[in-house]
Amino acid sequence: MSIQTASTSVETATGQAKTMVLNMGPQHPSTHGVLRILLELDGENVVKAIPDMGYLHTGIEKSCEDKTYSQAITLTDRIDYLSPLGNNLAYCLAVEKLLGLEVPKRAQYIRVMMVELQRISSHLVWLGTHAIDLGAMSVFLYCFREREEILKIFEFVAGQRMMTSYIRIGGLALDLPAGWRQRVEKFLKMMPGRIDEYEDLLTGNRIWIGRTKDVGYISAEDAVALSMTGPTLRAAGLAYDNRKVFPYSSYDEFQFDVPTRTDSDCFGRYMIRVAEMRESLKIIRQALDKIAPDGPFRTEAPGIIPPEREKMKTEMEALIYHFKIFTEGFSPAPGQAFATIESPRGELGVFVASDGSPKPLRVHFRAPSFINLQALPKLIEGKLLADVIACIGTIDIVLGEVDR
Amino acid sequence: MAENSNQNTSVVVERLRGWSANAISEVIEFRGETTIVVPRNVLRDVAERCRGDKELQFNLLTDATCVDRYPLEPRFEVNYHLVSIPRRDRLRLQVRLSSDDPAVDSLVPVWPGANWLEREIFDLMGIRFNGHPDLRRILMPEDWEGHPLRKDYPVEGYRDIPTTASRYTRNRP
Repeated sequence: MSIQTASTSVETATGQAKTMVLNMGPQHPSTHGVLRILLELDGENVVKAIPDMGYLHTGIEKSCEDKTYSQAITLTDRIDYLSPLGNNLAYCLAVEKLLGLEVPKRAQYIRVMMVELQRISSHLVWLGTHAIDLGAMSVFLYCFREREEILKIFEFVAGQRMMTSYIRIGGLALDLPAGWRQRVEKFLKMMPGRIDEYEDLLTGNRIWIGRTKDVGYISAEDAVALSMTGPTLRAAGLAYDNRKVFPYSSYDEFQFDVPTRTDSDCFGRYMIRVAEMRESLKIIRQALDKIAPDGPFRTEAPGIIPPEREKMKTEMEALIYHFKIFTEGFSPAPGQAFATIESPRGELGVFVASDGSPKPLRVHFRAPSFINLQALPKLIEGKLLADVIACIGTIDIVLGEVDR
Repeated sequence: MAENSNQNTSVVVERLRGWSANAISEVIEFRGETTIVVPRNVLRDVAERCRGDKELQFNLLTDATCVDRYPLEPRFEVNYHLVSIPRRDRLRLQVRLSSDDPAVDSLVPVWPGANWLEREIFDLMGIRFNGHPDLRRILMPEDWEGHPLRKDYPVEGYRDIPTTASRYTRNRP
């Protein structure tokens, strides 16, 4: 429907065009949190949209400056609460880069497996909530059923369902528990069929296509100019994925494809995310084969990585290091490092600056939701009000990450 | 990998130096990352070069952030993180600003995506961006005083700001 035909309201018909300002949010179920959008409407058409956020701003970057490097990990969980492991990983990669630490291969593979599980769980929440926004209630229930299985794996491995803090500087918090392989195997066996089920419900569904096809188009040039990354950029045709372009944590040893499309609308972004779930399953399968049953799960770096319990009982140095790490922390050399990962939402970057003290001088998170949200006015201006819901959903914002 | 990044660095530095001798005041190599320190007055021109030059092609501005080195001077370091998607390269542009005039040219005309990033730095660090189309606070309330990420701003905030709880108890009989 073009703008001209849609805006035949009473005012325009009588020549007295008037626009109205509608305040959407911050308490609106389809904004996925506390996002407020000021919408200037002409009939049902959006003339102008101004996103307003900060309702969830908790000053995490400031708080990090007051914690030691290790303590700050717990804060990173709470930024993007749908992908805590991804945040842990990005932060730890940045600190490890600052320290010049090498992480054992086994720990890298375990990190990859956990982060890919996290990607699937995040995409499931996205798919479920996006579908519920557009009126498909049952998809939500199915998605959360499978997400629950992933959270159970997290609880089994890390002791926590969501705020895991499992990935630590130099490796992992704990080794994998006995029986983890069977659990992940079981999930891998179950999941492909379940993704087919979601596709059966949505991909050919006429209502779904009607609500998402040709909605929220953005060209590749605009997407790059507005610094968009992640599935949104890949749906516009650019195969920019940090796992391939700037591999971290041994991603270069895994075989997987980066799905791209050229339609760059809400439907295209949906198809990209579904394809990404399948690719993640492939990666997890390969990680299962790569992870050795035994081996180190964190690197050895006296004074930075806590020593093993056993050593503390027999070696005096280990006891001293343990005491120093948990009271004072460790001091990286002055400098700055920027590490990026491909989070479910796009390029998640962590910038850490050190002045040689045990607390970071500055921690900054390049939050993909925050930057992708910047393109929202571009997606919805001139379009129908109902499309606003589809567009917010399709950018996949997490307000905890937007506001930090 | 490291060798490769050094080669890329020399290309970038050469291209920028070849364009103008004043374009670069310092090149820092740390942990495989390249930081090019740029004088404040040429930042926008250098950014324009980085994006437009056929051999550089830094088409994606991925991040902008600021470090406060209080009480040292120059106090602020504004960092722009660039990515060249076709060349698979990263670069950090850095501008150093003193505390008496923390202002720099906005990069929104070069990368429209700088808009919110610079608003965030303005909001939390108090750096002014000349030529920014919409320089308003973005995360803090509009009537907020001070810039919370500055080092002279206390972590726990200023205590005289009434909290919801204190308001509640004050209004009770």
